[in-house]
Amino acid sequence: MTRTRAAERTTQQATGQVTGLATAQAATGTGRASGPVFWTTRRRDVLTGYLFVLPQLVGVALFVLLPVGMAIWYSLNERNVFTGEQTFVGGDNYAALANDPQLPEVLLATVLFCGGVVVANVTLGLLIAVLLNRRFRGVTVFRTLFFSPVVVSVVAWTLVWGFLLQDNGGINGLLDTVGIDGPNWLQQGDTAMLSVIFTQVVRGVGVNMVLFLAALQSVPRELYEAARIDGANSRTVFARITLPMISPTVLLAVIVTVAGALQSFAQIAVLTGGGPELSTTVLVYYVFQQAFEFNDIGYGSTLALMLLSFVMLLTLLQWQLRRKWVFYED
Amino acid sequence: MRTDRLRSVLLVAALGVLAIPFVVPTVWMVAASVKPLAEIFRAPPSLWTDSPTLSAYREAFSFQPFAQQYVNSVYIAVLVTLITLLVSSLAGYAFARIRFPGANALFLVVLTGMLVPSEVTIVPLFQLFTSAGLINTHWPLILVTALAGPGVLATFIMRQFFIALPVELEEAGRLDGLGRPAIWWRICLPLARPALSAVAILTFLASWNLYLEPTVYLTSPELFTLPQALTRFTDSYGGPMWNTQLAAATMTVLPMLVVFVVAQRHFVEGLSHSGLK
Repeated sequence: MTRTRAAERTTQQATGQVTGLATAQAATGTGRASGPVFWTTRRRDVLTGYLFVLPQLVGVALFVLLPVGMAIWYSLNERNVFTGEQTFVGGDNYAALANDPQLPEVLLATVLFCGGVVVANVTLGLLIAVLLNRRFRGVTVFRTLFFSPVVVSVVAWTLVWGFLLQDNGGINGLLDTVGIDGPNWLQQGDTAMLSVIFTQVVRGVGVNMVLFLAALQSVPRELYEAARIDGANSRTVFARITLPMISPTVLLAVIVTVAGALQSFAQIAVLTGGGPELSTTVLVYYVFQQAFEFNDIGYGSTLALMLLSFVMLLTLLQWQLRRKWVFYED
Repeated sequence: MRTDRLRSVLLVAALGVLAIPFVVPTVWMVAASVKPLAEIFRAPPSLWTDSPTLSAYREAFSFQPFAQQYVNSVYIAVLVTLITLLVSSLAGYAFARIRFPGANALFLVVLTGMLVPSEVTIVPLFQLFTSAGLINTHWPLILVTALAGPGVLATFIMRQFFIALPVELEEAGRLDGLGRPAIWWRICLPLARPALSAVAILTFLASWNLYLEPTVYLTSPELFTLPQALTRFTDSYGGPMWNTQLAAATMTVLPMLVVFVVAQRHFVEGLSHSGLK
């Protein structure tokens, strides 16, 4: 971040100088008798700046800010499903959060899912990255294999896993050949949760693998050499040198992975539909159910704002940490 | 020397075992898609079939307007990518290079677009698009994806790229009397090819993978996109038509995997940006 800032500062200084120069040229160069020119290079530049950012700003205003404002308004209202009539109910929807008997289960499922995904994803990503962080034949092949699910569409990936995890599907078929009677994965609460976590992790771990590989390769060689001279074994080297050196990346990966897990809708919808019972109904899926299946716009929006506050907290945390740990993304 | 060799054999073996859940689903999908329905759940499981058939592939096209749905997904993703490339390279350039009052504040406003999950905005957006008469059209998918969400991430990536680009490159153009738009178009964009290709891949995949949005906005099968269509291969009892679903999934996944293997480096670069979200 500091490097980025420094670059920014020099850029701005340089731009400033150039602009100043150009303005002077424009002022003297055009030299009309009828007084100073209104469209100086500087003014034109400012106008160009606004015009360049305009489409993106309009997009954000229309499709992000306005909807968030509307969601806040909806959360303060109750809408009649049949007449579409809206009545202001103040904090009723927020009070309903406390009285919703399903919400504790939903939050528990959310915590289990996000926790499971982040622990498995970061551990597996780190393990694969460490194994791939050396030269041997076939290293690029393995990198391709581990990354490939990232480009497979979530729905297709989850469909295939749903097929393999059927009671009479491929996984249980394979377990059967070694004499294990596999469970009906998607029909029992705990195995359903495990299945959702597993498919999510295998699909997404490639991104963390790449992040970790880049971090591992940026650890200075001298540190390893110094440790070897001191007679440290490889486990000590990993715990005392590698891990502390890549810890900013690990933290970043943790936060990004949690934020991603909080927003996993398609995986749940396709694999379990939130079931059995509420065992895999995570918050984002619950929002969808309330708003689009039960047409409860008011309560659905209240839940959506809760989700937003979780994601915002994580993002703020991430920005804080990024500032602290001098992280330059490229 | 011998322990080294043993070590690398063990390493490759360990990686091979780890790779199983990454590879097997795709292989299994392709294998099962050419099996007759009766063989799909046969025990013990096997990838091989004695009587391969393409009937599931035919069925995919006759059960739903799958060809049309394929075209929908492709044209939406292409259009979204093109709009995003234009909008994000304009905004990213301006935020990185042009000094105008309020630039930093406006950039923060744009960044909120990266913060807010689409699941939060979809309820109000559904109401908005309903009153605009755009439900059951592709417009919500195109506009929201290109200008919010992935589009904002693209603007962020472009800004970071332009900040790091040496300003001297532009000065030559300026001395030649080029204006801002010309400098952006003729000097900066050609230099930004790596960032643009990362943005293109990221955006294309984001649009290609959309599931919640089409589920909410589209009701006519001929307007569906691929992920949404894949989940609709169900029989009259609501049970999945497995081999048809797998055949359709194969047709969705394989082209992307082939492109990935060919243009791997760009994919990895582009998608590791998505981790920065």
